[in-house]
Formats: sequence, C-alpha cells, structure tokens
Amino acid sequence: MDTGFLKISNGCAIPRSDIPQLSFAEFRENALNIVKGGGKVVHYFGYKENGTVKLLAVLRTDELLIAGTDAPDSYPSFTNECEPFHLFEREIAEQFGIRPEGHPWLKMVRYHPNETGKPDVFDNDYSEDIPGRYDYYQVDGDEVHEVAVGPVHAGVIEPGHFRFNCIGERVFHLEIQLGYQHRGIENLLTNVDSKRLPIIVESIAGDTTVANATGMAQAVEALTQVETDTGSRIIRTIALELERIANHTGDLGALSGDVAFLPPANYFGRMRGDFLNMTLLLCGNRLGKGVVRPGGVRFTIDDEIRNELMRRINELEPQMKHVIDLLFSTPSVRSRFEGCGTVSKGDAEKLGLVGPAGRACGIQSDIRREFPTEYYQKFEIPEYYEPSGDVYARARVRADETMLSIKMIKTLLENRIETQAVDFGNFNLSPGSFVVTVNEAWRGELSHCILTGDNGEIARYKIKDPSFHNWNGLSMSLRDTGISDFPLNNKSFNLSYCGFDL
Amino acid sequence: MLNTLKNRFEQGYKTTDYPKTDIQLVDRYRGRPEITQDAPDDIVKMCASECPQDAIDAEKKTIDLGRCVFCGGCERLSDGKFVTFTTDFGTGTSIREHLFTDGNLPALADHSKKHFKKLFGRSLQLRQVSAAGCNACEADLNVLATPFFDLGRFGINFVASPRHADGIVVTGPISRNMKTALLQTFEAIPDPKVVIAVGSCAISGGPFRGSPEITEGLDSLIPVDLYIPGCPSHPLTNLHALLNYFK
Ligand code: SF4
Ligand code: SF4
Repeated sequence: MDTGFLKISNGCAIPRSDIPQLSFAEFRENALNIVKGGGKVVHYFGYKENGTVKLLAVLRTDELLIAGTDAPDSYPSFTNECEPFHLFEREIAEQFGIRPEGHPWLKMVRYHPNETGKPDVFDNDYSEDIPGRYDYYQVDGDEVHEVAVGPVHAGVIEPGHFRFNCIGERVFHLEIQLGYQHRGIENLLTNVDSKRLPIIVESIAGDTTVANATGMAQAVEALTQVETDTGSRIIRTIALELERIANHTGDLGALSGDVAFLPPANYFGRMRGDFLNMTLLLCGNRLGKGVVRPGGVRFTIDDEIRNELMRRINELEPQMKHVIDLLFSTPSVRSRFEGCGTVSKGDAEKLGLVGPAGRACGIQSDIRREFPTEYYQKFEIPEYYEPSGDVYARARVRADETMLSIKMIKTLLENRIETQAVDFGNFNLSPGSFVVTVNEAWRGELSHCILTGDNGEIARYKIKDPSFHNWNGLSMSLRDTGISDFPLNNKSFNLSYCGFDL
Repeated sequence: MLNTLKNRFEQGYKTTDYPKTDIQLVDRYRGRPEITQDAPDDIVKMCASECPQDAIDAEKKTIDLGRCVFCGGCERLSDGKFVTFTTDFGTGTSIREHLFTDGNLPALADHSKKHFKKLFGRSLQLRQVSAAGCNACEADLNVLATPFFDLGRFGINFVASPRHADGIVVTGPISRNMKTALLQTFEAIPDPKVVIAVGSCAISGGPFRGSPEITEGLDSLIPVDLYIPGCPSHPLTNLHALLNYFK
C-alpha cells in the first residue's frame, strides 16, 4: 500500500526536498492509518519555513517513515481517532498556535507563549510566572477530595505539580502538570555556536546525558558525512549501558526503600554510586558529561582503564545478582509490588508507552534491537517483556535489564579498544537537510531531529524524551490505587521532568 | 533472614573516613584548574574562543568557575600548556568574585561567616529547590545521604519543609516557570537563613545562558552565601563546601 510516507533510515541524512509534502487531508489519512495499524509516533511537530508553519511526522513500524504538510490554522484532531497523537497535538498547539479541533483534552504542555503570535490556544496570560494556574480536572461528589502536591516536593527532586482526585485513600484520577523545568532548549539550540551544542544537549536530562549526547552526535555526524570508528562506537555503547545500569540500580534501591525494606535500598544506592564512578573513571564526570562528541568520543579506554573497569564490574556482578534475588525473594516486597499500579497493555498502547515502562505492560519493543546504532548490531537483545503491568513488572524488567547490561559491558571490555579521542570544535552542517536519530535510552525511545536551513544553520531542533510518552502511564497506574502507593509507582516509572520540559 | 544476613556480609562497611583522611579522585576527574600565567598568547586566545561556556578571560588569564562546566576542553586544546585540571575537589567559595580564578582559590573556611558557624555548626537543616537544571546536581546532592557519604553524621540534613529549614540549596538556572515557587520557598524559611547555589546553572545560567526562559545567576534574585561550582559539582565538592563553611 502506498502511504505517501517515505522510508528513511535511523541516523541517515536526507535532503529536505526529499520529504514527501502531502496535502493535509492525505497526510492526516495516511498518518492515522499507519498508527492505527500498529505504527508508533516517533515525532509529530511543527516548524517554520519562510514565515509559514509546516508539520512533520516521523512514524515507526518495522521501519522509519516520514512525511510533511502545510499546517492549517486548525484541523480535526487526530487524537479523537487515534490516541497516541494526544500529547504531540497539544505540543504543536502550544508551540505554534495551531488548534486540533475536538481534541479530548486540549491543555498546555509546558506553559509558554507560542512562536507565531497567533492567539493562545489555552487562553493563558504568560505575564504570570506560573504554569499551575489552570482549572484542573475535577471530580464532584460527597467525600471526594483533592490533594495538590508540588511544584516543590518534599525530597531532593525536580519540580512538577500533581493533582489527585480521591475518595478516601483511593485515587480516581491523577493529573500531572509539568513545565516548571522549561528552559527553552529547542530554541536555544537554533541560536548558539556549534561549540555549545554538546554542552547543552548533555544537560537536557543529566541522568540521560550519554544517550542525549549520542543522539545529537549521530545527527551531526550524518549532517557532516563523518563516520565514527569501531572503538568509539564500543565506548559509546559501554557508556550508554553504564548509564542504564546506574539509573535502574538507583531506582530499584528507591523502590526497596519505599516498601521499607532497607538493606537492598542501601546496597543498591551504594552500587549505583559504584557504576557512576566507573563512568567517572572513563571521563572524569559521574554522569558521563564529556564522553560523547560529534565524530567519536573525547575519552579513550586504554588497557589500564579497561582492566580496572573489568575488575570492578566482575566484583559488582555477583553482588548485584544477590541483592536483586534478595529483593524479589522477600515476601513482604512481593506483596507490595504485585498488583500495585497496574496499567493494561491496551492502555499502554493507546498512551504510547515506551522503554521499560512499555515492556512491563507486554510491549516488547526495544530500539537497541529494532533500529540498532553504535555497537548494538553485535548483540542479540532478547525479545522480552513482563505481562503484568504493575510495579512488580516494572521492577523486574529493570532488574533483568541491569543484568543484561552488565553482561554486554563485560563482552565489550574483553578486547582492546582502539580509537582516537576527538576534540571539540565547530562544524558545518549540510544545508537543506533532515536527519532523525532514535536510541534506546534507559527510559526508552529517545529521539533527536535536526532540520538545517539554506546555509547549514540549525533551523529546527526537535527532541523527544521517552518521558514524553510515559508520564500519562504514571497517571494511569494511579487509577483506583491507594494514594499512599503513589511514591512506589512514581519510582517504578521514575520519569524525567527536565527531559519532558526541555 | 539468612539471605538478608549473607548480603549484609557481602556488602561490608562502606562509609568514607573523609574528612579525617583524604580521598584521591581518579586522574580524569576535573577539579580546581591550574593556570600557567606565562602561557603563549595564541594558545590562551584559542582556548578562550573555543571554550563552549566563554568562561576564559584571555587578557587576565582567568577562568570563571561559575560559568565553566569543567568539560576539560581547554586542557586538551592547550595540551596542558595553559590549563590543567587537578583532582582538588574543594572549589566552593563564599564570594562570587573568588570564582574568577587564576588557579588559586582562597581557603573557604577563612571566608565563612562566624555567626553561621555558631548557629548551624552542629545542626544544619537544608531545603533543596530544584529549579530547571538537568537534575544531575540534584542527584549528586542526593547521594550525600547514601551510606558512603552519610551526611547525617555531620548533623546536616535535607528536610521536607522550608519551615523546618535553616537554609536553601538551589540548583538549576531558575526558569521563568519556577521563579515564583523558588522565591516563595525562600520566604517561607525563617531568618536568619543561608542560601547556597550549587552548580554552574544556579551560579550563572550554566549551559542554558542566553535563553530568555532562565535567570543568569541566583544572586540576581536573592543574596547567595555559598557558591559550589561544577556541572554537576561532585558530591565531595558539596561535602567539602558544607563542612568548611559551617563547621
Ligand atoms: S573546562 Fe571550563 S574553561 Fe575549559 S573549555 Fe571547558 S568550560 Fe571552558
Ligand atoms: S550545573 Fe550542570 S549538572 Fe548542574 S543542573 Fe546545571 S546542567 Fe545540570
């Protein structure tokens, strides 16, 4: 069937003129057909061209597909027919003032004025400094009450607002309003010297430093016709997997702490530090800032560092295994994890959940297997998932992935890693081009897009953090769950505020 | 139970002796820079123009550690002829100007306020406000509570309410959308209160400088008592600064 969409490859640049420009009606029909038929929305965003707004969709089936169209001022919402578009449509409305008519819940995403000067779709007054001023979804009835939390939370964590509608302890609905971390990153990236690109991208979300830097570097490499060598691909893969392990381990500890089983909470917490310190050994920064640069890596792994990493990971592997066993074999933990915060596979698919949160609901997609980059072609990433959709499943998936990542890193450390460190510097991108990169960050599908202008300047930089898909999963998990189980569910997802807010 | 005990033995005792004994961080860690004052002009100029943070003053041969993200680019570019980063993690200062460094930083302990030491030396309760950074600074503050650092043994804790706090620790470049919440939290803390800016974002806007959505420096909103540079600042940098300033 001809969908009008063009097949493209992960991390390969194409001329912008190759992107099929469909009439809006064709675009709408084909995009809806692809996604209704099981395709996923990787991107659906607006950009400006010669004063007008255009729309672009990148969809994912077993391949990546792209098409564009001119944006109408308003159009019948896709979401009504096909839920996975819901947040993308709200984002376009917020960024460009284009109204999806009949959208079931058209509310702001990050709270900022649009770029086109069109009337604000949400009737907000942006001279007020606060995104939370908005009529939250309300549930009426005797004994129904609301609990409002944030933006400043009790712990050392990022800001966001949570509004629970409850009856007694039971949550009917949780509404999450973000935007407090909005730094204007996408626009900033179109306005700065290329020397600043890696520094900004590494700071989109600190816990996803390596994956973001990798996604950016792959895009820049495609736009400068640079091939990276095997050694640097291996080092990026090691850094990506260390990032995954550190985050999963930290969250397993937090989950354990939230069910008041303190030994694993402390052990996981300490082991997370050990993995961060392996990244520190590699690049001098615990979060991996500085490892990845366009063209390769800034830090090499010589035999001394390789052997030291191997020694440490060999020491940590059995400890990790034992603490995971301890966690999952403890009946009090199991009884709190199992059946808590269940999201059905059907709901997960409609919300578009990705990564471990999706795999915990039976969606087995993993970008490392489906669209491998860097050194992932060399691995057999198993097709695997947990069916139960609850806290247990989310914890189990993370634990299993941690053990797999440890094995992968050990394999990568077996042989000498030869590469030259690349330096930072300015680069000139091919003019009039488009590139999209997708990678499996620890939270799931992370994607960067660059559209360049006539002089090779970055005309549009689009970032999609996996949390963009997954925050609604957290809301869904709280339905009919005790409000006291919020922390546990929240930790089991551990989504990014700053990655979402950009 | 047996399983719990077996794990307990395997894990052992991990809390650091710091500050009684020194900790040596790995070579690649980038702490306080050393700056060669007679470095050739062309190298200094090249570093200044390539620095992604524009943190280098080529005339004065200084680096603004409040802007620097410790990427190490200048060290590589000058091949150590201009800048070399040491593993000295004690880079906190009490005065913003001190962060414009020629490689030397004044001893923090000599510049702390005496009344703070008296008031908070034995017990310091801090409220953290995360204001639009990348959450890495928060992460490296959070780890101070893990067994290795065990911040609580020094009488320092992060608390849930500003009403229980002696001071505020701010991370991030204070987005427009977070400004009101931050200022309200600050106001809710009883006087006298301490303000600590952690990370290059909070000190100068960090990687996000130039964006109209953020604030370039917490001290343009409220007076700051303690500056802890880094991107993120290493947990030991945080610990060093807290201990030297308050103990
Ligand atoms: S280490 Fe600091 S001063 Fe040197 S290039 Fe990086 S940001 Fe600039
Ligand atoms: S200073 Fe760096 S590490 Fe800290 S919040 Fe800002 S970008 Fe993140």
